[in-house]
Amino acid sequence: MIPKLMQSLHLPGQKIQASRRQFLLGALAAGSGVAIGYHVLAATPAAASGTAGSGADALAFTPYLTIDADGKVTVLSSQFEMGQGSYNGLATLVAEELDADWSTIEVLGVAGNVKAYGNIAFGGTLQGTGGSTSMFTSFERYRTAGATARAMLVAAAASDWGVSASDITVENGVLSHVSGKSGGFGTFAAKAATLPAPAEVTLKAPADWKLIGNEKLKRFDSARKANGTEQYTIDVKLPGMLTAVMIHPPLFGATLKSFDATAARSVKGVVDVVETPRGVAVVAETMWAAIKGREAVTAVWDESAAEKRGTPELMAMYKDIAGKAPAAIARKDGDADAGFASSARVMEATFEFPYLSHAAIEPLNAVARKNDDGTLEIWGGHQFPDVYQMLASQIAGVTPDKVQLHVMKTGGSFGRRAVFDGDVVVESVYVAKAIGYRAPVKVQWTREDDMRAGRYRPAYVHQMKAGIDADGQLVAWSDHVVGQSIMGKTMFDGMVKNGVDPTSVEGANNLPYAIPNQTIGLTTTEVGVPVLWWRSVGSTHTAFAAEVFLDEIAEATGKDPIAFRLSMLEPDSRHAVILKMVAEKAEWEKPVAAGRFRGVSVAESFGTVVAQIAEVSLNDSGGIKVERVVAAVDCGLVINPDQVRAQVEGGIGFGLGAILAEEITLSGGTVDQANFDMYTPLRIDAMPSVEVHILASANPPSGIGEPGVPPIGPAVANAIYKALGKRIRVMPFAKSLSA
Amino acid sequence: MVTLTINGTAHEIEAEADMPLLWAIRDLVGLTGTKFGCGMAQCGACTVHLDGSPVRSCQTFVGDIGESRITTIEGLSGKVAETVQTVWADLDVPQCGYCQSGQIMSVTDLLTNNPKPTDDDIDAAMTGNLCRCATYHRIRAGIHEASKRLEA
Ligand code: FES
Ligand code: FES
Repeated sequence: MIPKLMQSLHLPGQKIQASRRQFLLGALAAGSGVAIGYHVLAATPAAASGTAGSGADALAFTPYLTIDADGKVTVLSSQFEMGQGSYNGLATLVAEELDADWSTIEVLGVAGNVKAYGNIAFGGTLQGTGGSTSMFTSFERYRTAGATARAMLVAAAASDWGVSASDITVENGVLSHVSGKSGGFGTFAAKAATLPAPAEVTLKAPADWKLIGNEKLKRFDSARKANGTEQYTIDVKLPGMLTAVMIHPPLFGATLKSFDATAARSVKGVVDVVETPRGVAVVAETMWAAIKGREAVTAVWDESAAEKRGTPELMAMYKDIAGKAPAAIARKDGDADAGFASSARVMEATFEFPYLSHAAIEPLNAVARKNDDGTLEIWGGHQFPDVYQMLASQIAGVTPDKVQLHVMKTGGSFGRRAVFDGDVVVESVYVAKAIGYRAPVKVQWTREDDMRAGRYRPAYVHQMKAGIDADGQLVAWSDHVVGQSIMGKTMFDGMVKNGVDPTSVEGANNLPYAIPNQTIGLTTTEVGVPVLWWRSVGSTHTAFAAEVFLDEIAEATGKDPIAFRLSMLEPDSRHAVILKMVAEKAEWEKPVAAGRFRGVSVAESFGTVVAQIAEVSLNDSGGIKVERVVAAVDCGLVINPDQVRAQVEGGIGFGLGAILAEEITLSGGTVDQANFDMYTPLRIDAMPSVEVHILASANPPSGIGEPGVPPIGPAVANAIYKALGKRIRVMPFAKSLSA
Repeated sequence: MVTLTINGTAHEIEAEADMPLLWAIRDLVGLTGTKFGCGMAQCGACTVHLDGSPVRSCQTFVGDIGESRITTIEGLSGKVAETVQTVWADLDVPQCGYCQSGQIMSVTDLLTNNPKPTDDDIDAAMTGNLCRCATYHRIRAGIHEASKRLEA
């Protein structure tokens, strides 16, 4: 195992394993390869990011970390923190190679140096967090940075002490020499920072890892989240800062005709009411004054070009399209039509998925300030910082280097802060500009704005068809996906090839099962409702349709659902291994307790395979309670085992809430839901107990922020079938169960 | 002028009676541990204690508070609160952490009044606190663990 690890993980400059997300590489990569940033660095002050808040005396060791005179190590994270633990993960990589003192580690989000921070899964030309790529793309980069800084510290100590570098050891932030000499990082930081960075460093052998894979390592940032001191964008307070709330168009695609703010201006605390290309902004001394002022504004909209269809019309149209031939083909193996024709039995099913809101508990926000020196600073959840920097520079009429982004941690995101148009970020600049930059401005969305102003997981319909031969073998399969494209007509449009947006069909066009004839089709709809990736993206719907339909087929052919899946998988394939693991951990072979019903599913997303077995019970009134979920996970090499568990636990809760009761619906183009009374994420009383089992693996790390989500829906739907004999095909479940 | 007693300190603020306590705490007093999530008593992110009992500060109004003592996450103290906060870090309960001030305010009240809560007690006390990261599994474990440590 170790030699294999060495091979796969240990060679500096090696090509890092491609994740499925590397499709993004296509248009952008152009041979940029895997640039390890430390060459460029030592000369690059952390201040290039404009956010080096780790103290004036913090010295840059590579663009990835600073060390100050007290020896404090601050990891400069290219990956945005929205709760998923990427700061902690990157800090683990640095601290491991640096042999730093974990208890003093700090992490700061940075931006503005694409050479160093570009996401290699996006070709290295764009900094961004998404697609569960943080750990695999940072695995070499941040370990190398730690090892580089360590070598520089050792060289400085060797020169100070007049000893050979090879006689110096480093542990817990302290350098020691066999002679008994010792000193902390701070003692040598100043000298070390002036030394040339070594051209090559040797990374630790996995057997020497102390932090990577350590079960006991705790997140560095939990205590501050338990005592209210963690700082988010909503907490940014600048001298003289004003707060703005927006009035967005009531329909997607409507534009402002006129507005009357006379009454609003007389509301106490309201400072200004201004027009922006994204709506009217009410600017006030406090959030409450802004909210009250907003109620007093009347706005008139031009709705001629607006989307006015509602959910009933859209779903009827989608179902109609789904019954016809797909506009594009995402995968074609054999001849599905011939397979159906020769089948002994053909089954069909239609699945419907609604729009979903990300609904992070921190509603969207951003703060903009223009300084006397012409620079523009923006605080926010900069998930695509380079994009926001460019957009802001255009609005403000300054060059991009004058735009400094402060990357804040956010109260969730689930994909919502990774937007092409910069939404709330550009709003903050528009509003600051509209008031003549006379004060810093925080644009704060209310929950209603967050829920109604768009960007949803697209609604989809899947038309599924299966052909089963006389021996009960699944011989033909088709899946026609109908819905909006996430990447089409955005800066990622180049990723759409032959009419196929990969995010629409991922999870459908890479089923692991040996089905000789299959066609995965896609028809992309044009609807004026803004859509976006939502935690686990395509697999939120593709995995559901496939794994529930497979269960129906297993049932129809009288097979055990796990045995049926295994019969179509290579015995040592990742899917088979993880299915067997979950079966064993959940004791699938044993009968389930009286009153309990089980369902299983398995799905791969972002390079990670997760299988789940859900156990449900019925209450007296026929309601469903998901009691227990057992998950098995193959995410390659595990950096923070307890955080892998946390992400799968949270992914299960996030996904379960969606399939049980979440939906965004539209009536005449207007979003029906506005707050958590009508859009209802999971609450604690519906949370099952969760057990997460992680496969020991020597393969490179793959994603974990998202892959816990896709299997929960189908596992629970399959369990509900056992309980009620009802197939769940229309989301959320409440709709299927009441039908 | 209104006087609010927050975490034992009297704050004179310029606020109208209809201002939600949440915005008074955040924008006028400048304490930011109390969070905004919904503004309509649906998410619990804004939970504070009023005379020791949890309330949603987004639906509690400055004009209605009178002499009542307000405690925010910044002013939370005592054995129960400290134990809960220690357990939260030991179990790595938070993910994004945004809801956790509100969770801790609710948990502290629960354990103060019910030192050995059952799962049903936990559900009843905690359903008003949404966590979009769905850290519920660890919140539940954290409550049981804090209960155990407090008993010891
Ligand atoms: S902000 Fe008060 S309950 Fe949500
Ligand atoms: S920890 Fe993110 S909302 Fe609860």
